[in-house]
Amino acid sequence: MISNLDYATLQQLWWIICSIVGALFLFLTFVQGGQTLLWQVAKTELEKSLVVTSLGRKWEMPFTTLVLFGGALFASFPKFYATSFGGAYWVWMLILFSFIIQAVSYEYRKKPDNVLGSTVYELFLFINGSVGVLLIGAAVGTFYTGSNFTLDLYNKVTWDYTLLGINLRGLEAAFSLFNLSLGIFLVFNARVLGTLYLLNSIDLSSTPDLESRLRKCTLRNFLIALPFLLYVLISILFMKGFSVDDAGIVSLVSYKYLSTLLALPHLLIMLLAGVLLVVYGVFTASFKGSDKGSDKGIWFSGFGTVFVGLVVLMLPAFNNTAFYPSKLDLPSSLTIYNASSSMYTLTVMTYVAIGIPIVLGYVIYVWKLMDSKKLTKDEVTNEESY
Amino acid sequence: MDIDLSMVNWARAQFAFTAMYHWIFVPLTLGLSFLCAFFESIYVRTGNKEWLNLTKFWMTLFGINFAIGVATGIILEFQFGTNWSNYSWIVGDIFGAPLAIEGIFAFFLEATFFAVMFFGWNRVSKKFHLFSTWMVAVGSNLSAIWILVANGWMQNPVGMLFNPETARFEMHNFAEVVFNPVAVSKFVHTSSSGFLFASLFVLTISSWFLIKGRHLQMAKRSIIVASVFGLLASSYVAFTGDEAAYEVAQKQPMKLAAIEGLYKGETRAPIVAAGILNPSKQPGDDQDPFLVEVKIPWALSLLANRSLDSFVPGIDDLVYGNKEQGIESVASKIAKGKKAINDLAEFKQARKENNNQKAELALAQFKKNQDYIGYGYLDKPEEAVPPIAIPYYSFHIMVALGTFFPLLFAAFLFYSLKGTIAEKKWLLPLGLISGLLGLIAQESGWVVAEVGRQPWAIYGLLPVKISTTNLAAVNVQITFFMFFAVFTLLLAAEIKIMLKQISIGPKEEL
Repeated sequence: MISNLDYATLQQLWWIICSIVGALFLFLTFVQGGQTLLWQVAKTELEKSLVVTSLGRKWEMPFTTLVLFGGALFASFPKFYATSFGGAYWVWMLILFSFIIQAVSYEYRKKPDNVLGSTVYELFLFINGSVGVLLIGAAVGTFYTGSNFTLDLYNKVTWDYTLLGINLRGLEAAFSLFNLSLGIFLVFNARVLGTLYLLNSIDLSSTPDLESRLRKCTLRNFLIALPFLLYVLISILFMKGFSVDDAGIVSLVSYKYLSTLLALPHLLIMLLAGVLLVVYGVFTASFKGSDKGSDKGIWFSGFGTVFVGLVVLMLPAFNNTAFYPSKLDLPSSLTIYNASSSMYTLTVMTYVAIGIPIVLGYVIYVWKLMDSKKLTKDEVTNEESY
Repeated sequence: MDIDLSMVNWARAQFAFTAMYHWIFVPLTLGLSFLCAFFESIYVRTGNKEWLNLTKFWMTLFGINFAIGVATGIILEFQFGTNWSNYSWIVGDIFGAPLAIEGIFAFFLEATFFAVMFFGWNRVSKKFHLFSTWMVAVGSNLSAIWILVANGWMQNPVGMLFNPETARFEMHNFAEVVFNPVAVSKFVHTSSSGFLFASLFVLTISSWFLIKGRHLQMAKRSIIVASVFGLLASSYVAFTGDEAAYEVAQKQPMKLAAIEGLYKGETRAPIVAAGILNPSKQPGDDQDPFLVEVKIPWALSLLANRSLDSFVPGIDDLVYGNKEQGIESVASKIAKGKKAINDLAEFKQARKENNNQKAELALAQFKKNQDYIGYGYLDKPEEAVPPIAIPYYSFHIMVALGTFFPLLFAAFLFYSLKGTIAEKKWLLPLGLISGLLGLIAQESGWVVAEVGRQPWAIYGLLPVKISTTNLAAVNVQITFFMFFAVFTLLLAAEIKIMLKQISIGPKEEL
C-alpha cells in the first residue's frame, strides 16, 4: 500500500509525522516548565528532591523527542534542515547548548564532588526550561514571519541580516513580536504543564505547602501565557501569508492562514479543541477539589497542547503555503514539495514509520507501570533519587 | 566556488573535537550496559544480595557516564546542519534516514528503559527490571548500528545515484545502504571494541579495590565476568579488525596506504609492524618513507587482498597513476571532475532558461564524467592524500594495544580462577592503567577511520571543503571554544563524581 502512495501524499504525510513529533515535544516540555518552577515552588530540600526526582524520571523523553524531531526533518526535508540549521546558526546553537547542560544536570546535581555545586546545575535546568523553550518558539515563529536567506542554484544558503556590521544568523528572529510572543507562550505553557505534571506524579499528602504553591502557579502561569497565545492566534488570522501558486511562484497574500483554516476546517476544530482542553486542564487543577480528579489536568492540557502544536506546525505548510519562507528572496522559500527527500527515501521512511506505534506502545506501557504509584517522600529519602 | 579554508578547518576541528569527546563515553555505554545486564542476570538467578549491590554499583557509574554521553551526543547530529549544511543538502536524502531510524528505534528504547533501570527497583517486578536493563543494552547497541550505517556510507557510498536536477545524491537502494559491507564490519568492530573497553574499565576499578584491599569479594566477582566478556570481545575485535582492514583495502586504498605508510605499491607487500616515519617524506619523491622499521613479509598483501602474491597500491601509485596496474592518476580524475562541474553548471543554467535542448546536451556530457565530480574540487593531485603520520601512528597504537588486551584478560581470568589474583602485585597495576590504554585504543581507532578518510566527506565523491555551511569562520571559532569550555567543565565534573562514587564503593552486606 505504501509503495502506491504518490510523491505529494508522501510529502504531506511526512510533514504530518514531523508535526506530530514536534507537537508531542511541546507536550513533553512539562519537564522544561517544571525545571523553571523549581526555585519557585520547592522551598525545602525535601520538596526540591520530590520535584527534581519526579521530573528526572522523564527528562529524557523531551530530549529524545527533540533529537527525533531533528532526525526526522533531516531524513524527510533535508533542504529545510540544511537551510535552517546552517542559516539560523545561532538560534539552533543556543538551543543545543541549553539541552547539553540539561542532560547532565539531573544526574550530577546531588552527587558529591560535582565540581559546580547543586545551584549551578539547577541554574542549568532553569536556562534549558526558559531560554531553550523561548528560542524554540521563536524558531517556529519564523514559519510565519519568514527568515533572511537566499538559496543559490545549488541550494547553498546565504544568510543576510546584519546589526552593527554583525550577521546575526537567526538571532534576529527574537526581534519579531510575533516570534517572541510564540516563544513566551511556550515557556509559560510549559510551566503550566510542569505544575500539572507535578500535581499528577507526586504524592503531596506530606507536603501540603508544595501542593498549594503548585495549584497557584498553574493559574498564574496560564494567565500570563494567555495574552501571548491570543496575540499569536489573532496575528495568524490577520497576517499576510507566503502563498505558492500552481507555477511555484511565492507571493504574500492577505489572510492566507485564515483562508487555510477555513479551507481545512479540521485544523480549526483541532485548534479550538486544543485551546479548550488546555483551559480545562488548568481549571481542574485550580478549581476542583483534590478528590475530584484535580490531578488529571496534565492529560487535558497536555493533549490540548499537542492539538495546538499540530495546528501551529501544519498551518504554514498546507494549502499551497511556504512553510519556511524567505523574506529576502521569495523564490528561495521552502515548501514541503521543494524541500523534501526523494520519493524513494520518503517511501522507505514510511515503511520505517510503521514501527512508531510499537515504540509509542511500550513508552506508554512503561510510563503507566512506573507512574502507577505516586512518588512519595519515603522514596526520595530512602531510595535512588535525583 | 569560493571556499573559506579557515571556516573549513575550524568546522573540521569542531567536529573532531566533539566526536572525540563523545567517543570517551559511548564505548563505555556500549559495553557497561551489557556488563550491568550480566551482573543483574546473575543476581536474579541466584537471589544473592551481594550481586545486587555489585549491579547497583556498576549501574551508578554507568548512569554518570551515560548522562555526559547523551549531552555530548546531541550536538553531533545537529552539527551536520549547523556547520555542514552543504553536506546535509547534498547527501541528506541518504544520510538523514539512518539518523532518523536511530532516533525512532534506539533512543526511545534507551530513554524509556533507563528510567526503569534506575528508579524501577521497587516499582516493577524483578524480572521486568532485568528485562529493562537488557533493553538499555540493546538500545545502546542498536543506536551504534544506525550511526555506523551512516558512517559506513561516508566511507563507502553505495545504494545511491546523483540527480542532476536537484544536484544532490539520492537513495535508490536502502538495503545496499544498510548492508553496506563497510557499515557491517564497522558495527561489529566498534561494538565489540566497546565491550572490550568496558571490560577494561571494570578491571581498572576492581584492580584498584584489590590494591587497596577493599571490597575484595565484589572486585573478584567483577573481574571474572569482565575477563570472560573482555576475552571474548578481544577475539571478536581481532577478527572484525581484520575484516575492517580488508574492507578498507578494497574500498579506500588511499586510507590503507596512509595507515601503512606505503608510498610505492608492491606485490607481496609487507606490513610495517613498527616504525618511525620520515617526516620530510613527500608523495612522489625518492626518500625512504621510514627512519626505522620492522616489517612482516607478505602480510599486507594477505591482509589487503587475502592473497600473498597480490599487488597493494601505494600513495604514489594512487596519486600519479600506475598503468601497469590499471590505476588512474588523480590529475586525470581532477580534469574529468572539472569537466563534470562545468557541464552540470551548464545544465542548471539551461534548465533555468528553459532551454531543453541545451540542457539535454549538457546532461549527456555531464553523465560521462559524473563519477569524478568530487575530484573536480581538488586543486592538485596531492590534495587527495590524507595526513599520513596521524592515521599511521594511530593505527599502530591501536593494533599494539589490541594485541596486548587479550593477554591481559587471559592473565586476569587465569589467576582469578586459581584464586590468587589479589596476590599478583605485578598484574594489578597493569589492570589499573588498562582503562586508560583502552581509551587510547578507542580514540586511535576513531582517528584512523576519520583522518584516514580525508580529504573526503563522502569518500571519492564529496570533499570536506565543499561540505560546509556558508558561514564566517568567527562563528565556528566561538562555538568551538564554547564547546571546549562546557565539555571540559562537564568532563572534570564527571571524573570527580565518578572517583567519589568509586571511593564510596558498593554497599556491603553485613
